[in-house]
Amino acid sequence: MDLLLQFLLTGLTTGSIYALVGLGFAIIYNASDVVNFAQGEFLMIGAMSAIFLHRLGLPLPLAIAAAVAISIAVGLLLEKLAIEPARNASVVSLIIITIGASIFFRGVALLIWGKEIYGLPHFSGEEPIRLLGATVLPQSIWVMAGTVVLVGAVKYFFDHTLAGKAMRACSHNKRAAALLGIDVKKIMLLSYGLSAGLGGLAGVLVAPITYMTYDAGVMLGLKGFCAAILGGMGSSMGAVAGGLVLGVIEALGTGFISSGYKDAISFFIILLILFFRPSGLFGKSGGERV
Amino acid sequence: MKGFSRVAALFSVLALVVFYGPGDALAKRPIKIGSFLATTGPASFLGDPELKTLKMYIEEINAKGGVDGHKLELVWYDTAGKAKAAKDIVKRLVKKDRVDVIVGGSTSGTTLAVIDIVERNKVPLISLAGSVKIIEPVKKWVFKTPHTDRMAAAKIFEDMKKRGIKKVALITGNGGFDKSGRAQCLALAPKYGIEIVADEQYSNSDTDMTAQLTKIRATDAQAILNFGFGKAPAIVMKNIKQLGIKLPVYQSHGVASKKFLELAGEAAEGVRLPAAALLVADILPDSDPQKKVLMDYKSKYEAKYGPVSTFGGHAYDGLMIAVEAIDRADSLDKAKIRDEIEKTKGFVGTGGIFNMSPTDHLGLDLSAFKMLEVKNGQWTLVN
Repeated sequence: MDLLLQFLLTGLTTGSIYALVGLGFAIIYNASDVVNFAQGEFLMIGAMSAIFLHRLGLPLPLAIAAAVAISIAVGLLLEKLAIEPARNASVVSLIIITIGASIFFRGVALLIWGKEIYGLPHFSGEEPIRLLGATVLPQSIWVMAGTVVLVGAVKYFFDHTLAGKAMRACSHNKRAAALLGIDVKKIMLLSYGLSAGLGGLAGVLVAPITYMTYDAGVMLGLKGFCAAILGGMGSSMGAVAGGLVLGVIEALGTGFISSGYKDAISFFIILLILFFRPSGLFGKSGGERV
Repeated sequence: MKGFSRVAALFSVLALVVFYGPGDALAKRPIKIGSFLATTGPASFLGDPELKTLKMYIEEINAKGGVDGHKLELVWYDTAGKAKAAKDIVKRLVKKDRVDVIVGGSTSGTTLAVIDIVERNKVPLISLAGSVKIIEPVKKWVFKTPHTDRMAAAKIFEDMKKRGIKKVALITGNGGFDKSGRAQCLALAPKYGIEIVADEQYSNSDTDMTAQLTKIRATDAQAILNFGFGKAPAIVMKNIKQLGIKLPVYQSHGVASKKFLELAGEAAEGVRLPAAALLVADILPDSDPQKKVLMDYKSKYEAKYGPVSTFGGHAYDGLMIAVEAIDRADSLDKAKIRDEIEKTKGFVGTGGIFNMSPTDHLGLDLSAFKMLEVKNGQWTLVN
């Protein structure tokens, strides 16, 4: 029983990291149908900036705020300099642009910060919290709480604000949205800024647990992408559910079957789910979005 | 005074002619040391300090007059860590540059790729790469200086045996270093009467290993051994602390760096690991036979380039073994140089004390590794 509980807690801890990353994918996808493969790099930029500002002597909360601002600036620049000039290109071309951007960001990060591994102090200590014989780190609670708050905020934004609704309209049909008086350019810019900021914040939240290197964004991004696909691309609730499911599958697979086949087990289950529900757990099929 | 120095000069010329024969004294050809290193690319963290070390010491030896009156000349090329490039370069070193001895091969892949070329052309090669396959089985013309991961595993098991640990839980990553280490641990454990009761794995990009460690907690293991590299071992240490596991923990030489102490912080307290002596040169007792060589190398390298790494040390060992062999051979005949390299005995290098033989082309024993324990956030020696 203790074992099962610890496995579940472990799964929820890693799952909430995946969920947080997956959430970032949802926003840009909602606005433009583009899967932004530089999402993992936003995390890395946020985390690395926070680590270095903190090392320079800035208090942690201030360093985090500045790091999120830096991520947002990078997201806005990416949209302005790379995505907007190619706005008439197909979705596939735009996705390839984001892949190029991710490689570029990694290269720049390597030049600025080198190949070293860096850590960020835990927000509220490292004394594990005991829960019925299982343990969890306070930082994991931060990650989980951060996920809940951000999901709520994203959901509210898309459902109850004008900008959020405009963003969804753009995702459906840019021309129709423009005809209705929506400034598509501005909305696109907003979507990149938002998801970069979200990514940066996610990076700062997970960095104390995962450590950070210039290339850590790749694997985090990949797992987050899996979470988003599993939950249903474009659904923020789906991304979170997908992340948690993925984390729990991994932990249970490690615990009860074999740690050597952990990734094989989880990818097999993802394939199985997508076989029966191609649009993911919470995804809606294209027709329903009208 | 003038007359005296003239006489002295005449005598020294005479002496040179007597010792080396006419014609040889004034224009001795330089000894060509060939090298192929990964100075760029993903393995440049190996090739870069190796090249700097070779250049620095060749300059120093030449300033002191060379070897037997020969100057040393370094002929080197960059492989970028690619085996194909290494093959072309070594062919060129052997056929066009006609080097006398080769010190190099930063990676195991580049070294293994050129073994048949040096064997066929009969040129002595001292490799700077880790794999035990380079010298096992023994190849006539191939030697190496770095310790192997088998030795690291043996050192750990030796220490466990001393502490009476018989059941060990193994946890390793999925990288090349981890996998090779895991295989060596599994193969060596029975020889030390140690039973591996758990064999868990993780991906090096994983962010949490509590699931694997929870499983380990449920076994009757008396110690945990983590063979890994990079940030994952630091996460393992933190997870062990989080789960409240009180077993002794061993890490490999893969994390023998200040970085590991910084990343794992308090969670690293009490962990033991084998490390090359160079990393702990400062805390070695003065009675340690390697102390002087280590401190010399460290101070010279750090004065010129910055923090030392063990990789540059491997290049120092390789170059010095070659130079001493040439000195003893009193000849530039490759076969004689090879024989002398094989006869290297009691050479004190940065990697340990080398005693080569026809059956052992590395010549290091377990004393090449020092067993360390983390106490109050610092490395301390375990005796």
